[in-house]
Amino acid sequence: MLRFALTRIVMAIPTLLIVAVSVFVLIRLIPGDPASLMLGDLATPASLADLRARLGLDQSLPVQFAIWFGNLLKGDLGISISSQQPILPLIVSRFWVSAQIVLVAVLLASLVAVPAGLIAAWKQDSALDIGLVALATLLLSIPTFWLGLLLLLFFGLKLGWLPVVGYVAIGDDPWRGLVYLVMPIMTLFLHEIGVLLRMARASTLEVLRLDYITHARAKGLSEMAVLWRHAFKNAFGPTWTLIGLVLGNLLGGIAVVETVFTIPGLGRLLVDSIFARDYPVIQGCMLFIAFTYVLVNLVIDLCYPLFDPRVTAQ
Amino acid sequence: MSSRTLKLPPLNALIGGALIGTLLVVAGIGAVWTPYDPLRLSFRYKLAPPSEMFWLGTDEFGRDVLSRLMAGAATSVWISVLTVALAVVLGTLIGLFSGYMRGWTDRVIMAFNDALLAFPGILLALGLLAVVGANKYGIILALGLAYTPSVARIVRGTALSLREREFIAASRVMGNSEGYTMARHILPNCIAPLTVLATSMFGYVLLAESALSFLGLGVPPPAPTWGNMLAASRPYIGQAMWLGIFPGLCISLTLLGINLLGDAVRDKLDPRMRGAR
Repeated sequence: MLRFALTRIVMAIPTLLIVAVSVFVLIRLIPGDPASLMLGDLATPASLADLRARLGLDQSLPVQFAIWFGNLLKGDLGISISSQQPILPLIVSRFWVSAQIVLVAVLLASLVAVPAGLIAAWKQDSALDIGLVALATLLLSIPTFWLGLLLLLFFGLKLGWLPVVGYVAIGDDPWRGLVYLVMPIMTLFLHEIGVLLRMARASTLEVLRLDYITHARAKGLSEMAVLWRHAFKNAFGPTWTLIGLVLGNLLGGIAVVETVFTIPGLGRLLVDSIFARDYPVIQGCMLFIAFTYVLVNLVIDLCYPLFDPRVTAQ
Repeated sequence: MSSRTLKLPPLNALIGGALIGTLLVVAGIGAVWTPYDPLRLSFRYKLAPPSEMFWLGTDEFGRDVLSRLMAGAATSVWISVLTVALAVVLGTLIGLFSGYMRGWTDRVIMAFNDALLAFPGILLALGLLAVVGANKYGIILALGLAYTPSVARIVRGTALSLREREFIAASRVMGNSEGYTMARHILPNCIAPLTVLATSMFGYVLLAESALSFLGLGVPPPAPTWGNMLAASRPYIGQAMWLGIFPGLCISLTLLGINLLGDAVRDKLDPRMRGAR
């Protein structure tokens, strides 16, 4: 178990390193002097010279990367051009806004989709199964930004139950904060049900075909016991992996939902920075999201043996 | 199963095919003809609801929504096709080269390739857009490059497994150059997995293009795309619901068509999993 965990953790390091190199190179692809890009319109000859020295621009590219990477390890992602704030605290505060939405939505979606997928596979080709798959495929096909608009139109404008736009931090006012989060969470929840249900059903079908399930049934176990003890535990693996991928993908793609509901999250920060050509923030957001993605998948992998001991044996 | 006796294609193939067929026809027509000029402003007919004159209503500048949706379909399909083509060509070249060279070349190229795959969703495309600039060509370049690593991975895998086969050795023994062997014998064998990948990629790209246009990072207005029409509808959605309904419906039906077709293809390739996923 420990060996498995250590191997996985060590394996993530080169990935993180190359991700850092890619982000560093990406911004250097922009034609022009990196220092003047980083300072934007506020550049003065003195501040330019100062930043050039700090970034080591008179030295070779590997040295520049080493300086940048050293700062990165210290948590120094530089200063935002548009707000003149240090970037890391800015990103972290925005990250929590996005993370609460994504986490709650994916948790709720898993709680609904996994049992539903299990039942659909159990009752394969029944009306219930066909209905569930059709619904899942439909939900999967509706882009989140349109689903969000539809919810807004219906619950916000037509029924007037929920506020249309805005955001209140849940720490400032728990009740109002929650009210503003209902629709964004519902949007992602509905979409991810579609994704996860299909996966849970597919992997359960694979397992239900195997001989040991027939054996379990033949020895007279109740269907409940067969499904829960024998099918579910072995079928959950692929869905669990997908949950990790979904979490990361949502973090990368949440900008559209945050735009629909005007929520000041990480996705919106990235998009606004692209509009403002705030390159240090773009760089920081990309690094932060990609790192989080790799780490989430690492944690997912590390949890794998908890329900499937076969993994550590390999 | 009834499909076996009747020899009818399964339902998901029928519905999916019909949806995608309709999209392609509408996009084809939209490229050459629309009921009205999709860019013509007409303040007399501002925010007109759907009627006999404007089937799907007009927008805040009095432009015909149906015409804009048709022109938008043409733009989206064209961008998606070019993007997929770019990713397939680039990814195939990288994958073939890497898989055929093996050794350190392969290891270094694939390490970078996999690190790029470690960027979630459209994040890489967003980063590339920041570099190349947000416009029609920027979006093709950014999305095309963002989807290149997944193509490279598949082609490299195929090339690597084929490299050991006798007919490749035979080609070399016959004195054919490395380049000729790759083009003549390895490439054709990559076409089947590439076709499956390109089809599903078409869906991702169309969705990503709509999402980026929705964010204002895609095709700039006044040129219509489904994504930027949805974005523009937001301030008016309370008084002109049709502005928010129809573009979203177009995107969803297209994605539904692609998903259903994808399911049908997978069922055909793997009958054991019929109806799964």
